[in-house]
Amino acid sequence: MATESKTGIATTQVYEVYIRASAQAIWEAITSPEWTMKYGYQGAVDYELRPGGKYRAHATAPMRAMGMPDVVIDGVVELADPPKKLMHTYRFLFNDAMKAEGFTRVTWEIEKVASNFCRLTVVHELEGAPIMAGMVASKFSEMGTGGWAWILSDMKSVLETGSSM
Amino acid sequence: MFDDDSVFKALADPSRRFLLDLLFKRDGRTLTELESELSMTRFGVMKHLRVLERAGVVVTRRAGREKLHFLNPVPIRMIHDRWIDKYTERRVSALLDLKTELETKAWRQSRKPA
Repeated sequence: MATESKTGIATTQVYEVYIRASAQAIWEAITSPEWTMKYGYQGAVDYELRPGGKYRAHATAPMRAMGMPDVVIDGVVELADPPKKLMHTYRFLFNDAMKAEGFTRVTWEIEKVASNFCRLTVVHELEGAPIMAGMVASKFSEMGTGGWAWILSDMKSVLETGSSM
Repeated sequence: MFDDDSVFKALADPSRRFLLDLLFKRDGRTLTELESELSMTRFGVMKHLRVLERAGVVVTRRAGREKLHFLNPVPIRMIHDRWIDKYTERRVSALLDLKTELETKAWRQSRKPA
């Protein structure tokens, strides 16, 4: 157990979903604002797809109306290997407590398992970020939305049927 | 790839649900760690983990020489959206409201001075 807390393995979360779409389509769904505005929180992302490039997720109009900043998530791209692997740091800026938790790391892996059928894995390393860990692990709104499981289910729905859940 | 049947089957066993609860409490455990929490042979635990993996509710990652098991809530989320929301949300929440109301009443009464 001592080794675990050192390496942070116990604070890592893994999510996996199978999507009937090409790896390229899934890559676009993750990295292009046109796509991210269709599922999950529907905020536009802004990725500079090179090591050291910026990652930003923008607030939607309702989020801004609630007093959230224009950029609600930020980070730095560490690896961009389209359409297979994307790794970047990830920090919530919704409020000061979340900002103070600092950066975590998200790794997206897209693996083709059959023709037009892929496995998407999200590995979220959450060392030192208990607030974010709680938020991404479960629904946190009254409407049952929130968290990676919800975001990825909705992404699958948009890619496969063209419409959000 | 993962159909509803394999997820329902994976959840239809107390030992497997116990394994999921263990991973929910703390994710990223080895077979040895999980085995120590169950009164079952290593082979038995492996068999259950295989069923959970095949249903996609447990995924494994390698970390050095170790194979770590993680809870993957996505298939359960999809079962929820497909089956729970559709048929029961309204009725269940009405029942839960009733339960809360009755229990609150009982609690208030128990606090009343005799």
